[in-house]
Amino acid sequence: MKDTEGYVTADGRQIGGTLMELKNITLKFGGVTAISDISFDIHEGEIRAIIGPNGAGKSSMLNIISGFYTPTIGELWYKGAKRPAMKPFEVARMGVARTFQNIALFEGMTVLDNVMTGRLTHMHAGIGAQALWYGKARNEEIENREKVEEVIDFLEIQNIRKTPVGRLPYGLKKRVELARALAAEPSILLLDEPMAGMNVEEKEDMSRFILDVNDEFGTTICLIEHDMGVVMDLSDRVVVMDYGKKIGDGPPEEVRSNQDVIDAYLGVAH
Amino acid sequence: MVEMVKGAEGLRSVPALLARNVREFGDSPAYREKEFGIWQSWTWKETAEEIEALALGLLNLGVNPGDHIAIIGRNRPSLYWSMVAAEMCGAVPVPLYQDAVAEEMEYVLGHCGARFVIAADQEQVDKVIEIQDDLHQFEHMIYVDPRGMRKYDHTTLHDFSHVQAQGRAAYDEYIKELEKRRGALGYDDTCVMLYTSGTTGKPKGVVLSNRNIIEAAKSSAEFDDLRRSDEVLAYLPMAWVGDFIFSIGQAMWKGFCVNCPESADTLLTDLREIAPSYYFAPPRIFETQLTQIMIRMEDAGPTKQKIFKHFMEHARKVGPAILDGKPVGMMDRLKYSLGEFMVYGPLKNAMGFSKVRVGYTAGEAIGPEIFDFYRSLGINLKQLYGQTEASVFITVQPDGEVRSDTVGVPAPGVEIRIADNGEVFYRSPGTFVEYYKNPESTADTKDPEGWVATGDAGFFEETSGHLRIIDRAKDVGQMASGAMFAPKYVENKLKFFPNILEAVVFGAGQDRCVAFINIDLTAVGNWAERNNIAYASYQELAQHPQVLETIQGHIEEVNTSVAEDVMLSGCQIHRFLVLHKELDADDGEMTRTRKVKRKVIGEKFDDLLAALYDGSDSVYTETEVTYEDGRKGAIKATLSLRDAKVVPVAAKVAAE
Repeated sequence: MKDTEGYVTADGRQIGGTLMELKNITLKFGGVTAISDISFDIHEGEIRAIIGPNGAGKSSMLNIISGFYTPTIGELWYKGAKRPAMKPFEVARMGVARTFQNIALFEGMTVLDNVMTGRLTHMHAGIGAQALWYGKARNEEIENREKVEEVIDFLEIQNIRKTPVGRLPYGLKKRVELARALAAEPSILLLDEPMAGMNVEEKEDMSRFILDVNDEFGTTICLIEHDMGVVMDLSDRVVVMDYGKKIGDGPPEEVRSNQDVIDAYLGVAH
Repeated sequence: MVEMVKGAEGLRSVPALLARNVREFGDSPAYREKEFGIWQSWTWKETAEEIEALALGLLNLGVNPGDHIAIIGRNRPSLYWSMVAAEMCGAVPVPLYQDAVAEEMEYVLGHCGARFVIAADQEQVDKVIEIQDDLHQFEHMIYVDPRGMRKYDHTTLHDFSHVQAQGRAAYDEYIKELEKRRGALGYDDTCVMLYTSGTTGKPKGVVLSNRNIIEAAKSSAEFDDLRRSDEVLAYLPMAWVGDFIFSIGQAMWKGFCVNCPESADTLLTDLREIAPSYYFAPPRIFETQLTQIMIRMEDAGPTKQKIFKHFMEHARKVGPAILDGKPVGMMDRLKYSLGEFMVYGPLKNAMGFSKVRVGYTAGEAIGPEIFDFYRSLGINLKQLYGQTEASVFITVQPDGEVRSDTVGVPAPGVEIRIADNGEVFYRSPGTFVEYYKNPESTADTKDPEGWVATGDAGFFEETSGHLRIIDRAKDVGQMASGAMFAPKYVENKLKFFPNILEAVVFGAGQDRCVAFINIDLTAVGNWAERNNIAYASYQELAQHPQVLETIQGHIEEVNTSVAEDVMLSGCQIHRFLVLHKELDADDGEMTRTRKVKRKVIGEKFDDLLAALYDGSDSVYTETEVTYEDGRKGAIKATLSLRDAKVVPVAAKVAAE
């Protein structure tokens, strides 16, 4: 394995060794090649961004990491071992949590209940015990609720704890989704366009929370985002994709001055 | 050596009260705070342990007797403990308003020469860091919530729990010194220093001694029969004297439990969960709650609305009389009980007022309708008149003698006299020691015999012996005709209309009065929604002809009522406009306690004022505004000016 040493970021944070490595990933849907031969890695504790124009294959990439798609060709190494083809829930159990581009919450349930579902991978009691709220199930729920309350406190959503999600504005729903992902105590947190459709103030709040999550819990974050200002400010390293290919990879300043990237975003005369 | 003054029941300081509470009922709850969704509580014993650990930690950091320790943040047990711990070390706690901007903080921190700051969170820490280069005496800062501060330079920055841990570790080393300092606290030593919000000029540091706080707490607790079993919700700014008296003075004296809400946003939920038995709120809170209830009732089904209206009308008729213990007919009582079951009970429960025995409102005048609404539900809401310099209490309303237009009789131990110009003076054991480092102001306010000028003009009603406050003495001016000009009196009448949030009346030295009005966006916005009136901005809504029409109606109603008072009939409003922006403390137009600064507003909007007097129909204006993050912007607007009908005064005099 190459470069498992880690590195130091521009603002002086120590980043750990490789947590996940994607090797020569190709993804085909029939005759369409969504991703072709992409390799990159994610280090422990870093904020890694994937950017690119519409249809570049970013979400497909995230879906591969979260186990929703299995790559046609290529290997995915996680925590030093090759990850076999898996179902998404199995991947979730391995410590990968995500949010969705189009919010996927249970609209009729309260914020608290929604966030509790994030603890699913940490619940082991049988269905009978859970229904009766007895013995192990009871202790487990109390433990999980404590963890959930910490997340609620962290994301400052105490005042909507008992509000049904359907009644919340968009920006808050996004925050609830982040809460649910955090409640799973993931090793890697995947964020699919966390700022899409937000106003400046909501974006500022969300950026603050993402940085705080990374800072306080040391969670590794991999995010897709369109807002270049946000990406450049938040992330430690950026992968740039265009038409399913990787055209740039490195710290934000480096990527910003990469001619291929500029061409992809601004367009070139053919 | 002068013999130490004995103090109340031999207790000479707040730490001494704490020690007594631990001795006598150490296992009953002293503080509660909702954290992680659960009410965490501390008994008096645990509280004393926490405070002592912090005090030892402060000694470890080098706190000397007489040092000032600033405390900034929302109501949390740890910050209340900080105040007591500071006093225990012989230092002076100085609570600051948490919403103050950095420059405002700089003045206060510089003026008191605070060596230590205890801040709640990153937001407050950042503000202090921003100004620390200009604070020559500032040395150490302690924060309660470590979130987001991992990367900060920790050479002079300390985590609250670490300070406590170090205090516990250094117990043997410092406990002797702490006991010495604790024992040396005298009845006339400083207990706390509070900065007045400063309607005019720079804030002044009011020094209050243990005697002030304990005597005020003691006599007021007796007056209202406060008990150890009482519960209060601490949510008012910690820098405000009222909060200090309730959450520290009275709580320590009586030993009742202080509950801190989870966050400012969850206040109403927390209020409901705690259901305090002793409650304090400025009129604004009561207004907001009432407005919310009314808005929600309008969305309710027709049957529910009918029931609500029917029983509320009955409550208005007999509720206050039942509360005052006056004779009420059998049938009316029965119907009231039915109403209690159907409407009042559930309503009080929803508001968190099920258990309120004593409720106070102060700070501003409260609208009679609002006041009567709560009293008719059976909530014992009363008014008091007080100020920081008096350790709150000047006059209070005894049970059974509660009225919305007076502020009550002198509080126990308070003497009051009215000067020839109408200004109210008082003298009491709660009277402050001095303004810190400001002997001139002290001498201006407090004479050698201990009489303090309130700056308010008022008079005692001959029939009831209750005090009525008209206005600030210096605001009571004269109009060109020589008639009395009392703007606050008129403004308060205007503000009692739910559609009007703020009003500013001008007219000193002029022949007529004019007014600026701020609409209440909640009330007017809801009205617009119900009447299908579309609007894109606050500005547009404020200038809507129908809104102006409504406001004009309110003003004319006020004019009629003002005209009835012979002394003040000159204060009727001839012309008015509705402002295009909400008056805001960030723009310097109001104090942090939301009192309008008439002079500043008059100068800032001098073009509008001139237009009101020159008779034009509309005026174009541009105003600079400050956003919450400190950025500035400009609002442009064309405002229409309107005439309001006035009641001819001469005719009235002739009729009499």
